[in-house]
Amino acid sequence: MVEDYSPGAQKGAGNAEYRRAAMRLTLTEEQEMLRKTARDFLTDKCSKKFVGQMEEAETGYSRELWQEMADLGWMGLAFPGKYDGGDMSFLDLAVLLEEMGRACLPGPFFSTVVLGGLSILDIGSEEQKQEYLPKVIRGEKIFTLALAEPGYRNYDASSVTVEATRKDGNYIINGTKLFVPDAHIADYLLCVARTKPRKGTTIFLADAKNPRIECTVLKTIAGDKLCEVVFDQLLVPSADILGRLNQGWSAVQTIIQRAALGKCCEVIGNIQRVLEMTVDYAKDRKQFDRPIGSFQVIQHYCADMATDVDSARFVTYQAAWMLNEGLPCAKEVAVAKAWISEASQRVFALAHQIHGAIGVTVEHDLHYYTRRAKAAELAFGDADFYREVVASEMGL
Amino acid sequence: MDFGFTEEQGKFRQEVRDFLEEEIKKGYWEPACDAWVQGFDQGFTKRVADRGWIGLTWPKEYGGQGRNHLDRLILTEEMLRYGAPAACHWFGDRQVGGAILSFGSEELKKEFLSRIVKGEAYFGLGMSEPGTGSDLASLQTRAIEDGDYYVINGQKTWTSCASFSQYFDVYARTDPEAPRHRGISEFIVDARSPGVSRIPMIDITGTEAWNDVFFDNVRVHKRYLVGEKNRGFYQVLHQLDYERSGMERLMGNYPLFDAIIQFAKDKKLSKEPEVRSRLVQLQIEFEVGRLLIYRVASVMEEGRAPNWESAMSKAYCTEFEKHLAGVAMEVLGPYGQLKSGSKYVPLRGMALHSYLGSKGYSLQAGTTEVLKNILATRGLGLPSS
Repeated sequence: MVEDYSPGAQKGAGNAEYRRAAMRLTLTEEQEMLRKTARDFLTDKCSKKFVGQMEEAETGYSRELWQEMADLGWMGLAFPGKYDGGDMSFLDLAVLLEEMGRACLPGPFFSTVVLGGLSILDIGSEEQKQEYLPKVIRGEKIFTLALAEPGYRNYDASSVTVEATRKDGNYIINGTKLFVPDAHIADYLLCVARTKPRKGTTIFLADAKNPRIECTVLKTIAGDKLCEVVFDQLLVPSADILGRLNQGWSAVQTIIQRAALGKCCEVIGNIQRVLEMTVDYAKDRKQFDRPIGSFQVIQHYCADMATDVDSARFVTYQAAWMLNEGLPCAKEVAVAKAWISEASQRVFALAHQIHGAIGVTVEHDLHYYTRRAKAAELAFGDADFYREVVASEMGL
Repeated sequence: MDFGFTEEQGKFRQEVRDFLEEEIKKGYWEPACDAWVQGFDQGFTKRVADRGWIGLTWPKEYGGQGRNHLDRLILTEEMLRYGAPAACHWFGDRQVGGAILSFGSEELKKEFLSRIVKGEAYFGLGMSEPGTGSDLASLQTRAIEDGDYYVINGQKTWTSCASFSQYFDVYARTDPEAPRHRGISEFIVDARSPGVSRIPMIDITGTEAWNDVFFDNVRVHKRYLVGEKNRGFYQVLHQLDYERSGMERLMGNYPLFDAIIQFAKDKKLSKEPEVRSRLVQLQIEFEVGRLLIYRVASVMEEGRAPNWESAMSKAYCTEFEKHLAGVAMEVLGPYGQLKSGSKYVPLRGMALHSYLGSKGYSLQAGTTEVLKNILATRGLGLPSS
């Protein structure tokens, strides 16, 4: 029946009075180009073999590829032109992050740009921006965020215990941060520390190479480089406070929000690719003399996966659009991260079921995605955390 | 991507809200679940028509407003939010008018579109038959040419709004020799024609939800053939894409959604972890569903007929509606079993009505199984089974 199906022309709006509405749920032409460039580049440079090698490598990234990405303008994409940036938006960055998720790109892009650079852009002084943003944009320095701590489950101000005490006009930082991405190769750490009992937190921009910082790379599900970072009497000048003294938490919340959304973007790329791999596999794989994709049960699994993938994309882009427009979006971010954390798990459960046994071996690429999606689910607030945010936004 | 509405659209939404709130304030009707398909209120339909809100997207030459699909989305979203009794015009506005616009002759357009727009022509659908559910191409109702007429014989079933319908959009077999989906044609049949009879069917909630509609030697002039002879099956696929596309699949029970959240807040149940997490999950699912439907509207806005996109949104959204009804019953506990009108009944019995009624949501307008087939084969390109 497919061959005869010709959609008619119910375009009631197609007359002179027609006026294009603002809402548009597809990418702009420019974003499509960005996506294509990114996909082509990463297909060429970021094979799964390379991803596997980087998981094993101590540094976890390739300096050469890093520089190429900087030369393409990726690090600077979402920064203003006056710092040498590309003057594009967070929505454009979202497209790029999606492609990075699709490629399972290893390395400190997320840490440097989303956690580091954009935070400095948010709250840094003009002097700090002039000093650091060009370094981000040109790929010269690696930045990251030291936020979580041992025993830390939820992202709230009261659970920050790493202390920064004032001494002779400087601050001395002591304590342990955990799950700090890429700290082992970072040049700068944005460290969230307590500067006042109870709720006074401050963000410091610390020199990550200082010997008073000790860094241990953890062994993780995704093979990414999450670290324990121990501050032992690290001296940070007051001039390196980022944003306002004792008032750091609201900035941290914005950082977490953006990071959670950034992770959602990566997951979309991730599950979109997994859907395609799974559908291709279902078309190719024959059992009982027919492609398994012709069985309704497999078709319905795939339909369910597609629904989760598309819905994940729309909730994420809706929140990203609001963030980009400067609209309050706590609820939308929470809906996105809560939804994606569960939707991606459903997608992987079905992807593995359809792939059969080959999908649970390292011979097949599926495991790269499975492992990364789980890590992203846990990063910057899991489903439970964001469900509670939704609850309070609903006034429950 | 852009998820914003224009200032004009914002004003339009407010205008619709003001209108509906005024209607409620005047006591014309009470918000109800399923009112888009069960709330028959000719006065309301007329007042909506007077504002130009039926056939909103149709060209002006046929009485429409030539507005875009997002405007219609806003309009229907608000109608559903307030549980407004829009059943008299819903089918004509949503799909039959569109089918006439897409496939009908100039004569048919002139005859029907302006009357639908004025709220003066109510439509019901004649698709399913006792032996024809998901497999629509198997339909047996016959239409045989006789001079300038077709003579229709057969039985249609699950026809919503039938007792109010003045016309039926009927699919009948015009070429029994042809492959089955190439021998079906679409007709507009006047419900007052000799030989048309209706028998109400009572649904699980006790509501007259549908009718069986019988055609006994019903003579229909050839000018009421919609589109090409024997192309009816392809036309109905197109129409079904629209039938599945809308907000009613997500928000048909919005008054209950609103009420159960308020109820949980008022009774402090929302502090109980179980209730809290259930309501949050509903809210998340609702927001997701709304975006899937916005996507469908955005596809239409691009000038494409939504196909697997509306299959996806409808399959998803009816699950939300079932989930909503289930959660509402759980939150209400033993009071959930009380029927409308009973002593102690909470929320005017909406939860019970939705709980029972929602069993049919994933069956009507394409079962979830058929919709997933469409999504898998048309959307993902998997081979037909």
